[in-house]
Amino acid sequence: MFGYILRRLLSAVPIAFGVSVVCFLLVYLAPGDPVQTLLPPDADAETVAQVKRMYGLDQPLPVQYLTWLGRVMVGDFGRSIATGRPVADEIFRSLGNTVLLAGLSVLVAFSIAFVLGTIAGRHAGGWLDRVVTGVAVVGVSVPNYWLGIVLVIIFSVEMMALPASGMGDGRFDPTSWEHVQYLILPVITLSMIPVGIIARTTRSAVSEVMNQEFVTTLRANGLPEWRVLRHALKNALPPVLAVMGLQFGTLMGGSILVETVFSWPGSGFLLSKAILTRDIPVLQGTILVLALIFVFTNLTVDLFQSSVDPRIRRA
Amino acid sequence: MSTTVSNAPPTGNDAMAAPRQRGYWGTVGYRLRYDPVTLFFGAVLLSVILAAVFASWIAPADPYQESIIRRLKGPGYMGHILGTDELGRDMLSRLLYGGRLTLLMGMVPVVIATLIGGGLGVVAGFAGGIVNTLIMRTMDVFYAFPSVLLAVAISGAMGGGVTNGMIALTLVFIPPLCRVAETATTQVRNLDFVDAARATGAPLRLVLWHHVLGNVLGPVLIYASSLISVGIILASGLSFLGLGVKPPEPDWGLMLNALRQAIYVNPLIAALPGIAIFITSVSLNMVSDGLRSAMDVRS
Repeated sequence: MFGYILRRLLSAVPIAFGVSVVCFLLVYLAPGDPVQTLLPPDADAETVAQVKRMYGLDQPLPVQYLTWLGRVMVGDFGRSIATGRPVADEIFRSLGNTVLLAGLSVLVAFSIAFVLGTIAGRHAGGWLDRVVTGVAVVGVSVPNYWLGIVLVIIFSVEMMALPASGMGDGRFDPTSWEHVQYLILPVITLSMIPVGIIARTTRSAVSEVMNQEFVTTLRANGLPEWRVLRHALKNALPPVLAVMGLQFGTLMGGSILVETVFSWPGSGFLLSKAILTRDIPVLQGTILVLALIFVFTNLTVDLFQSSVDPRIRRA
Repeated sequence: MSTTVSNAPPTGNDAMAAPRQRGYWGTVGYRLRYDPVTLFFGAVLLSVILAAVFASWIAPADPYQESIIRRLKGPGYMGHILGTDELGRDMLSRLLYGGRLTLLMGMVPVVIATLIGGGLGVVAGFAGGIVNTLIMRTMDVFYAFPSVLLAVAISGAMGGGVTNGMIALTLVFIPPLCRVAETATTQVRNLDFVDAARATGAPLRLVLWHHVLGNVLGPVLIYASSLISVGIILASGLSFLGLGVKPPEPDWGLMLNALRQAIYVNPLIAALPGIAIFITSVSLNMVSDGLRSAMDVRS
């Protein structure tokens, strides 16, 4: 087991390296001189020269990359063009809000989808199965930025029951309705796609387990159906949990549209503001951090899967 | 069109015994004809595509014609069947024309990525060794980004626009398609009939074209078809963020964003472009699922 963990950890290193190269090169995808993308348009010649020296932009590309990597390693992502504040501050102030949103959405999605998927898997081929499969297709087909707008229209504009955007004033307090009400619509919106994906996974896992011999044996032994189901679900759970973990990583990086709709002050909203203002340092830093979180989540899911299913380690 | 061919659902054994054998694509077509759900959504999809292609004939009004006095009117107002947008332009016409750019931006990247990604995957799978490692590890790096993030990152850095958006989406779709093609190729490569073909002296080109591609194409195309719906949603998402189509061009994602301010005035109008995206992506997913089960020869 220890050897496997070590191997998996080491295999993530080249990926993380590749991710950093892609993020580094993003600045060069931008049209024009990279200096211009790193500075406000009205910067004077002296500042330009200074930044050029600071970033080593007169050096060959690989040297530039290593200089950049060295700075990133110690948490220096440069300064935001729009606010002038260090990019690292901006990212870490918003990251917590996205973790809150993505984490809650995945939990909500799991609770709904696991029940739906179990029902469908138990009655595979029946009408309940078809209904759940239909719900799952709708879940993955809904453009979530549109669903968010529709929910705002229904619950904020028409019913005036829930706030349309933002996160409330002051420090977020999870015990006060004043703050929690801001979470409801974004969480529902963001959980829609994972509901579809997790329901599908649960359905196929449950229907597969229900066809195995041990289920027949349990039934033949006269176990009540709910206890048979409990045994079956225990076996169906690992792949579902794995997909749930992967979805958390996807939502962390993919919440940009939903955060934009609800002006939720997370990393996705930060990214969307950075795009509008062409704030390349913020864009680069945020994408690097979110991609590394995605890599790390996938790694954790892998290790979790191999710890519950030893067959994976040998593959 | 009635033929005397047996109408029994074909299975592997039956097909061998039958006097006239239905080919693989014949079987797929036969199954699709008896799948009402897929047929229905296929018809919906076809109407959406035709409406976009023939927008200039169908559209009741000029999609760019603004009117200060007719802003954000509801359906039916003065001949505007679906009302007017925030600049008084006819919604129905803009939705019809908007389908052009949205569908184009969602579909073209999938087609290009299928060619590039599929090609790379077949090469990686057939060559094996260092070539495989090189190609597949590069793909792993792009796999390390959630798809929305990668699309936003590339098109955001490049400065938006339709072309940049399509380049970004192509780069998003190449890795997964490459992986599907590589897996299928690796499986086929180790089968006996490929060895047999090579042993009898068939040229590499022929083995690749006939034996490998013939077996890889199915899974790759099924997967690619499932990506088109993702492509449409992502493309509209980019336009929604201001990274895709630029105003005043009509595009569903861009319209959805522009009409966000209108939810307090005329919520129905604000929701319309999203309904168009939703209908298209549901139809694409249903058709793709139907194709998948029709092309699954084992069932």
